[in-house]
Amino acid sequence: MNRPIKVVVAKPGLDGHDQGAKVVARALMDAGMEVIYTGLRQTPEQVARIAQEEDADVIALSSMAGSHVPFCEKLKPLLEQAGLSDKLWVIGGNLPKQDHARLRELGFRGVFPSSSRLDDIVNFVKANVT
Amino acid sequence: MNDRLKVRPVVNESGIEIQPRYGAQDVEESGGFGFIGEAGQYPFVRGIHPQMYRQRPYTMRQYTGFGNPADTNQRFKYLIANGQTGLNVAFDLPTQCGLDSDDPLAHGEVGRVGMAVDTLRDFEIAFEGIDLDKITVSLTVNGAAPQLIAMYLAMAEKRGYDVAKLRGTAQNDILKEFIGRGTWIYPVEPSVRLVGDTIEYCARHAPKYSPVSVCGYHIRESGANPVQEMAYAFCIAKAYADDALARGLDIDEFAGRLSFNFNVFGSIFEQVGKFRAARGLWAKIVKEHYGAKKPESGWLRMIAGGGGGGLTFEQPEVNIVRGAYYALIAALGGAQTMALCCFDEAYTIPTEYAQRISLRTMQLLIEEMGLSDTVDPLGGSWYVETLTNQMRARMEETMAEVDAQGGIVKLVAEGAIQAKVSAQAYKMQRAIESGEFRKVGVNCYRNEQADDLEVQMHPYNEEDTRRQVASLAEARSARDARRVAQALAQVRAAAESRSNVMPAVVEAVKAYATVGEITQQLAGVYGRYREPVRF
Repeated sequence: MNRPIKVVVAKPGLDGHDQGAKVVARALMDAGMEVIYTGLRQTPEQVARIAQEEDADVIALSSMAGSHVPFCEKLKPLLEQAGLSDKLWVIGGNLPKQDHARLRELGFRGVFPSSSRLDDIVNFVKANVT
Repeated sequence: MNDRLKVRPVVNESGIEIQPRYGAQDVEESGGFGFIGEAGQYPFVRGIHPQMYRQRPYTMRQYTGFGNPADTNQRFKYLIANGQTGLNVAFDLPTQCGLDSDDPLAHGEVGRVGMAVDTLRDFEIAFEGIDLDKITVSLTVNGAAPQLIAMYLAMAEKRGYDVAKLRGTAQNDILKEFIGRGTWIYPVEPSVRLVGDTIEYCARHAPKYSPVSVCGYHIRESGANPVQEMAYAFCIAKAYADDALARGLDIDEFAGRLSFNFNVFGSIFEQVGKFRAARGLWAKIVKEHYGAKKPESGWLRMIAGGGGGGLTFEQPEVNIVRGAYYALIAALGGAQTMALCCFDEAYTIPTEYAQRISLRTMQLLIEEMGLSDTVDPLGGSWYVETLTNQMRARMEETMAEVDAQGGIVKLVAEGAIQAKVSAQAYKMQRAIESGEFRKVGVNCYRNEQADDLEVQMHPYNEEDTRRQVASLAEARSARDARRVAQALAQVRAAAESRSNVMPAVVEAVKAYATVGEITQQLAGVYGRYREPVRF
């Protein structure tokens, strides 16, 4: 790829805890990626539209308030309809262990619960964007 | 001096270099003992009351709320039965963002991180059987604070309490929501005006009620250091005070009802120095800058606790120990009220078990550890007095910087404070990952045996959402539709004419108008906030 990896970092739903999203966004930028941060309160429709308009390689969600599964259930068909099935979908935040399998099933190849290391996130993205 | 050079340099989070030992000379060089005074006397560095915990120990007020009001009422009663002396109510995100439980944007979020509230009926259920004279209630709500303060006052009045004597607190600090936490609704300027509306309304109608609890807490959680935590909070408190003064209120009519909310994680001595420094600085601001006559106007009444930013996902049971030190810090710091994040809180809504451990932690400081025996036990320590002086000086410098850059309202509206604290959060995360900033269990002393305590997850019950939506539909059909429509029109008219919206909001909640309906009226006039995305 001859352009930098482009990542849309989104804050789904009403959760206002954006410290983690902003920290990860900076780490991705430091690693040479282009980051579009959506800001708070994004609906599934908004996330899909921004990812499509920005021609993102990576769609990264940050969720701290527990509504990740219902949100991702709504987001999955919208990303598919937008032709973004082949992009890398990742999610981080307060994600209980018992939800990881469900998130992977919904198409999120990278699941990064609290306590994940920034370098691990960066390396995963680099290794999985083709 | 030579032996000082041989030891490793230590710099605290606020950027102050720590000496290997302190003496009277260090206190003198940092400003002396002159600004300390006695507990209960200006400038209140040693405490706002002469007897402090001898007279009354700190109030214990765990942050609690989930599901629907009936679920939360049960947990409130459990905590009270276990010796808790105040309530601190957690609301779900739809409520905090001014949305009703049946709003499409509330999908999947009703009752998730707090109690769902739509109408006054929900407050009636949530506080049923709780004596509001004995147990003071703190409402953790900001964007939707006008509605929820109105509901609290209306509920109390309906139960026969005299609102003029009613105590309680609302968080209602919208400026910090733009920096961290994020439950804003309207643009910055009308949001600040709404805070002013609640201050003015309470000063006139509910003078014992604390309409605002200014929060350094969440700014610290977002990446600020302890000096910035206090300095930004005081800039914010001044912005609200300026709004209230511009309405013709006298400083002594409302300053005594402003309260504060601060964090406790970090070095014990830096934290205690922070609280002592802040107490003196706030008293000085209120007296010298605002010319208050009543000493209590300058009291820094605070809840100190939480400490979420210091707790770890790794080895969660070690958070119980961290919590004990955080409680110690809050007690040594002279907090009026305490609340602790629970050991499982990095994972989930705390269980009753985890809540009880936090409560016992606070109780044992009073009952067994002697923390309520004497006032300001660290007062006179050369180290703590030096830090207190140094931190107050740095807080004043930081406040002056904010003013020189155009003031806190402007810097928040532009996203400048947000950018600054998030850059610091990133630096701290890198320092933790590199091992430069030590976190036990995270970057040192990791547990390789995978025998960490298994945290019990709080179940989310979809049925609660359905019940809440059904209850909302019932409340809507039972009310007088004409009265609601008229009350909502009054809310809008008050917002349009830039007069205080609170009387109209109180009438609207009494007519069982919903949180969302009132928000829509206000947003129709004020518009909605558009976040400046800067980081």
